[in-house]
Amino acid sequence: MSRRVVVTGMGVVAPNGVGIPAFLHAIQNGISGIKFIPLARELHFNCQVCGVPDFDFSHLKDYLSEVTFYGLKGSTIGYAIKAAADAWIDAGNTLYDGKIHWETGCVFGNSIADTEAMKRIIALVDSRQSRKLGSRMVEQLMNSGSTAYITGLLGLGNRIITNSSACATGSQAVLMGYEYIKHGMAKRMLVGSNEYIDNYIFGAFDAMRILSRKFNDTPEKASRPMSATAGGFVPGSGAGALVLEDLEFAQARNATIYAEVLGGATNSGAQQGTGSMTSPNAEGVVHCITDALKNANVAPEDIDLISGHLTATIADKTEIENWSEALGRKEENFPMTNSVKSMIGHCLSAAGSIEIVAVILQLLHQFVHPNINLEDPNPAITNIADVSCFPVKRTDRDLNIVAKANFGFGDVNACVIFSKYKR
Amino acid sequence: MSRQEILEGLKSVLAPYTMDKEALNSINDETEFIKDLKINSANLIDIIIDAEERYEIEIDPDSAEKIHNAGSCIDIILEKMKEKA
Repeated sequence: MSRRVVVTGMGVVAPNGVGIPAFLHAIQNGISGIKFIPLARELHFNCQVCGVPDFDFSHLKDYLSEVTFYGLKGSTIGYAIKAAADAWIDAGNTLYDGKIHWETGCVFGNSIADTEAMKRIIALVDSRQSRKLGSRMVEQLMNSGSTAYITGLLGLGNRIITNSSACATGSQAVLMGYEYIKHGMAKRMLVGSNEYIDNYIFGAFDAMRILSRKFNDTPEKASRPMSATAGGFVPGSGAGALVLEDLEFAQARNATIYAEVLGGATNSGAQQGTGSMTSPNAEGVVHCITDALKNANVAPEDIDLISGHLTATIADKTEIENWSEALGRKEENFPMTNSVKSMIGHCLSAAGSIEIVAVILQLLHQFVHPNINLEDPNPAITNIADVSCFPVKRTDRDLNIVAKANFGFGDVNACVIFSKYKR
Repeated sequence: MSRQEILEGLKSVLAPYTMDKEALNSINDETEFIKDLKINSANLIDIIIDAEERYEIEIDPDSAEKIHNAGSCIDIILEKMKEKA
């Protein structure tokens, strides 16, 4: 099939930057969005730091009608609306144009529906006051709430899907959007994902003892992918959104083209072999990367940059091993590799879409963002790939092809390949 | 409380639910919430909850079903305030 799929719009609500200009500045300069959370200390969590976007909820009044804004409570949905509407406007569209865009669909995912809505429902039902809940709770309780708000706001009339595959959700949403356009089912897809870490989600992850706990007094140092002192991930909140578009459709409306999606793959290691509910089967990961390259028609040696999943757990080393095996590249020949999580933490379902926005920005502006907090790389990792592959400072270079991967609980993998746009 | 006072109060209750501020400003007993103020029918329940809070009353489901315009809404509010007094 000869159709090409390009990126024409982006929006982001990230812990280190809300809006594309702020996020670009942050990833160019290695700015951390990790903050100390006093409530986490009060609640006796081991991890007391989190990636929190500097998000002003009332700013949503710029996007929503007064009637829609009134009664909207949840940050999860708020992040999604902001990122998606910004991406739509960035792609040269307007809100409230009165049209139904039959050619444009949406895949937007999350892990957990709006917990703020849920808490309100639980409190009022338990105190026998459910009649006070009103009509607006269900739309915020449903998993498809974010997607429903976005598609109504933008007037999207093609296929509308809410996906959920834990930490692979964001990349999977991008991949699904790509596939629908590639196979001619839609001309454009608004894709992305969102996540909000409230204290209940935070507490449940904390209980697994997989979060960072030794850097509570130095929050900006806490997210340390690939570091010898990495001791767990830092949770983060946010949303990322992209407008994917059929190249000819984009050209016909003179859209600005940021990058091209070459292809990708998503699979599962079936929780067999080294895989389990919480860790990927290496065989599945290698398969996923190999299939993604094949689907994108890209040779392993053409990868200029890996934007890893790399969360700052013991899985980092296994991930580098898997990339090395899948690409057949090691030591000095291993591609440049970075992890946005060093600056924003692990935004779970939102991770993939926020990190893909970072990939597109790096391709567009031809730089590799720094891995912050990597002053002490893990020797087990630098035994596989040379330390120079993990830049700690912004590195300007010709970037042509970037591979992005995310892995989620349930042993779900997703890998998407992007390139600089060439006519 | 007079009907006119309640009509004024009802204006503030209805304000967050309608985009048509002109129609809201010229509200009278005959103003239909859905047809004239273009209020989403699902929001009628939110308007009732907000009115209950404002007038410290409880509007049971059977009474709520009788509300279709500003006049019938004021009737019910007055009736419930009287019951409470």
